[in-house]
Amino acid sequence: MTDGIRSVVTPHTNGMIELRNVYKSFGNHHVLRGVNLTVAAGEGMVVIGGSGTGKSVILKHIIGLMQPDAGEVIIDGQNLADLSERDLFEFRKRFGMLFQGAALFDSLTVWENVAFGLKEHRFLAKDEMMEIARQKLTKVGLSGIEEKMPADLSGGMKKRVGLARAIAMNPKIILYDEPTTGLDPIMSDVINQLISEMNRDLAVTSVTITHDMKSAYSIANKIAMLYHGEILEVGTPEEIQNSDNPVIQQFIHGRSEGPIQID
Amino acid sequence: MSPIKSLIDRLGRGVIDFLAEMGGMGLLFFKATLFIFRPPYRFRNLFKQMESIGVGSIPVVLITAVFTGMVLALQSYTGFKRFNAEGLVGTVVALSMTRELGPVLTGLIVAGRAGAAIAAELGTMKVTEQVDALATLAVDPVQYLVTPRFVAGIVMLPVLTIFSDLIGIVGGYAVAVKVLGANAGVYLQRTTQYLELEDLLGGLVKAAVFGGIIAGVSCYKGFQAEGGAEGVGRATTGAVVVSEMLILISNYYVTAFLR
Ligand SMILES: Nc1ncnc2c1ncn2[C@@H]1O[C@H](COP(=O)(O)OP(=O)(O)OP(=O)(O)O)[C@@H](O)[C@H]1O
Ligand SMILES: [Mg+2]
Repeated sequence: MTDGIRSVVTPHTNGMIELRNVYKSFGNHHVLRGVNLTVAAGEGMVVIGGSGTGKSVILKHIIGLMQPDAGEVIIDGQNLADLSERDLFEFRKRFGMLFQGAALFDSLTVWENVAFGLKEHRFLAKDEMMEIARQKLTKVGLSGIEEKMPADLSGGMKKRVGLARAIAMNPKIILYDEPTTGLDPIMSDVINQLISEMNRDLAVTSVTITHDMKSAYSIANKIAMLYHGEILEVGTPEEIQNSDNPVIQQFIHGRSEGPIQID
Repeated sequence: MSPIKSLIDRLGRGVIDFLAEMGGMGLLFFKATLFIFRPPYRFRNLFKQMESIGVGSIPVVLITAVFTGMVLALQSYTGFKRFNAEGLVGTVVALSMTRELGPVLTGLIVAGRAGAAIAAELGTMKVTEQVDALATLAVDPVQYLVTPRFVAGIVMLPVLTIFSDLIGIVGGYAVAVKVLGANAGVYLQRTTQYLELEDLLGGLVKAAVFGGIIAGVSCYKGFQAEGGAEGVGRATTGAVVVSEMLILISNYYVTAFLR
């Protein structure tokens, strides 16, 4: 308990992420089988891998929504398993997360969604919160929808509102689950640039899941491929592109023929 | 596997599931209670829940109560006439409503209405990852979602029960006096003569317990929802069935305890 509080009160929030030998099963379904992944502070990591291989599960481990069956998740030197429940909530203030399905609060308006963290954790006037929400929405290419309800938005708009909510508190670590899925090519580029900018200018550490290789190359410092519950290879975009591993070659070129079994 | 072994196996698993569920609910009740005393206090959420649990249930509660009071007068009149005790109809209606039927019927109705609504709402939030999103925004979902509903249930059920008691007694009076021809003055005197504050308060304590059960169980079931619309449906049904069972079971024990 005291340990947890001390580490929260004196945060050296540079944003380093380490997964050490993480295992996770759901019943008999062994999703993660010894995942090792280190994301350096300020680095933009992209995780690729087949559908249903456990990429979203990895993100949920990093932010402590899921606990590993075995192995450790260490953020800025702090093992999440050593935090009390209360400290874990406190610890999450350094994170922002975009969910694959956006996960907007459907009882709140768009701007209330974006400003949710501000309202909960900062003492700001309503005007200030609205202003920040508006700025963040502009960053993701949305304006004039502040008072709308999430149910009235398109899929791609929801995704971008989710993104605005994830970055609203200027977190040190941002987890993006398929940020450009469902967006048109131009909007995808806008979002890719936003993500790169935040890594470059604000020294944010990010982990991005994407199926969009163009997006992966544009935002990644490093790319990691998840395959059969393990990280098959990690490398710079060039290294991955030039990898001689046939699994990686098949995946990044999107070929149905190859060592990856389609079932 | 032999049939007997499989039966034991199934039974064992049922018992384990049941115990796990009771344990999970107990833990949620405990956490929700802790957060009552820990800031930030979410008055806006609380008032919203008081409105939807309390105000929204008034019409059905009143209709149920008035007809229950009416039938109670009719039935006890018919029965009591056999030994010339028609004069006690007012007493029976008043005691039955305040001690038993007011709180229990209100509890069952609110379980069906507000309990289902809570489980469906939280279940939807769970399967669309809104509950996880709350946690990633460093807000404890129990504190944000469960505690306001829990407090609203504990506060509003007694309030609804007071309405229910009153209207039930009025319904009984109407039938006794207008339909069965009882003397209005005598009826009223018999209504109040044997009714003690203790009867009323005991009923309200039961109602508060039922309110806590409904909110706690429904939140728990909502949080357990998995796998889309079907899972939400299952959670909703489960919330209503389990809260109604627990209301009827706890009703006996609270009554025995207060006696
Ligand atoms: N809460 C859960 N309960 C049970 N199984 C789960 C749960 N979460 C994920 N899984 C299972 O874990 C596996 C990996 O899921 P995950 O969502 O991480 O896939 P993914 O790699 O993100 O896929 P996609 O690219 O399609 O989003 C899936 O088979 C899924 O069924
Ligand atoms: Mg996913």
